[in-house]
Amino acid sequence: MLVYALKRLLWMLPVMLGVLIIVFTITYFTPGDPIAAMLGPGYTPERYAQKAAELGLDQGYFIRLGKYIWNAFVRFDLGRSYLSNLSISDEIAARFPITLCIGVLTIFVMAVVGMPLGIFSAIRQYGAADAALTVAALVMNAIPAFVFALLSLILFGVVLRWLPVNGLGSWKAWILPVVTSALPGIAVVMRMSRTTMLEVIRQDYIRTARSKGLKEGVIIRKHALKNCLIPLITVTGGFMTSVLAGSIIVETIFGIPGLGMYLMGGIIGRDYPVINGSVLLISLIVCILNLVVDLLYAMIDPRIKAQYSAKKGKIKKSGGTLPPVNEGGAA
Amino acid sequence: MKRNKSDAPSALADVTRKRGQWSDVLSRLFRNKIGLLGVIIVLLLVVLTVFAPLFTRYPYDAQSFPDRFKLPDASHIMGTDNFGRDLWTRLLYGGRISLLIAILASVISNFIGVFIGSVSGYFGSKTDTVIMRALDILMAIPPLLLAIAISSSLGSGPVNTALAISLSGIPYSARIIRSTVMSIKDSEFVEAARATGSRHLRVIFRHILPNTIAPLIVGATLGIGANIMAISGLSFIGLGVHPPIPEWGSILADGRAYIRDFWPIIVFPSIFIMLTILGFNLFGDALRDALDPRLKD
Repeated sequence: MLVYALKRLLWMLPVMLGVLIIVFTITYFTPGDPIAAMLGPGYTPERYAQKAAELGLDQGYFIRLGKYIWNAFVRFDLGRSYLSNLSISDEIAARFPITLCIGVLTIFVMAVVGMPLGIFSAIRQYGAADAALTVAALVMNAIPAFVFALLSLILFGVVLRWLPVNGLGSWKAWILPVVTSALPGIAVVMRMSRTTMLEVIRQDYIRTARSKGLKEGVIIRKHALKNCLIPLITVTGGFMTSVLAGSIIVETIFGIPGLGMYLMGGIIGRDYPVINGSVLLISLIVCILNLVVDLLYAMIDPRIKAQYSAKKGKIKKSGGTLPPVNEGGAA
Repeated sequence: MKRNKSDAPSALADVTRKRGQWSDVLSRLFRNKIGLLGVIIVLLLVVLTVFAPLFTRYPYDAQSFPDRFKLPDASHIMGTDNFGRDLWTRLLYGGRISLLIAILASVISNFIGVFIGSVSGYFGSKTDTVIMRALDILMAIPPLLLAIAISSSLGSGPVNTALAISLSGIPYSARIIRSTVMSIKDSEFVEAARATGSRHLRVIFRHILPNTIAPLIVGATLGIGANIMAISGLSFIGLGVHPPIPEWGSILADGRAYIRDFWPIIVFPSIFIMLTILGFNLFGDALRDALDPRLKD
């Protein structure tokens, strides 16, 4: 188990390196001249060359890529913004907690709302409530975050005037961003808990619990609920990815000064180091989350745990099974 | 009930079977009421957008200053925008762009995904490991962010947007095809094809890929809904498609400035986007059920 965790941790290194190279390459080959944009109209060639040398933009692709990798991986330095000339690492460090906070709250809301609704709809399978929740989940899945954000801004911010529409002044201001981010997740968690629950309540041990005379509520809480945690963890891992990526839209609409808004500023201003740095950081978090999810699986589900420990003893599969047909291709 | 026809022992059985399979799928699709709703929404949208000029009296870029910010009435059923352009017209023409890009992106990403996925799944071992690890790296970047990065690099415009979205979708379609191919490649008919001397390419294209069509169609349909979401999102943040080309996301982005005073410019595009995604999702889900032989009744 520990070996597995370490292996996965080490594997993150080449993945991050790959991500860095991809993102760097995309922005490297982007047409446009950041130096000309920075200097504004009417610069001299000397001034241009000086600025290029200052930023290291006069060097070739591989030298720049190498420098960027060295700085990012060894010194945790993502360079400076073209526009503000501030250190990107510092800026991200200052903004990321806000985004993370919204992300964690989102996951919390998603679990607390989605799971009970899913269980409820499984218990009342084919009832009116189940049908209504199914339709609700379909609709929630079809609303893009920015559409929901704009519509709820109109309803709660402009028409009803219940909630603030911009910034993070009071606790009320957190409601709309969190609900907006959580909505698609609630739908998915709801559907998955429903499916799991429907499978679980047909198992023998539940029937045993029932025949012992346990109350339905106790059966659900003590015996069935645990099983719903596994789909929840699966969804959480994947969903955090889309929350982080979606923060760019949600934060821009609600005026929240987090990582998403920073990235948005980078896109509008063609500030490529900012885009690179933000995407890199978000990808890193996605990798870490995936790792955590996989490890949590093993901790919670004894069946998966058994798989990891059994792997060592088994004979390697690829050698033992039928020889693949694809040998001797030139025949 | 329908079974009797195809099971009847007759000389024509073999001829009718091929058509029978697909008409079976269609009849199962239409029996599913929610799926039927999806089909209707999608068809309605396609008809409305493809034949847009028939459903409106205005050109999509006709500005009219005195008609700015008109609330919906008989002449402008969804009102007008900040340049006095008819919103209904712009939404119809915008739907053309959105649907076209979404379908194009879905086709491109599935086309490349089929190639990568079938090679990876068919050859297995080292080829598979290398390809899968490479896809792992691509999948470490959230698809929306990858699309944003590519799109900001390529620049705006319908074709570039389709490229950006399809590139970010490749790993996902490749994985679906790979797992399907892996489940088929050890079948006896594949072995038989190899044994009779078919080359790898022939085995893949003639024997394996036809069996991946069902998951491919389902993935592509659901992908169109997701693509609509991504396209409107990209346009909304200023990448994707720019004005004056109407696109649902960019209409919303323009409308954001007037959110306090003029609701139609936000509400109607939102409804179009939601209905379209809902339609393709329902359609895709129903297709999956209809194409799944295990769910045959």
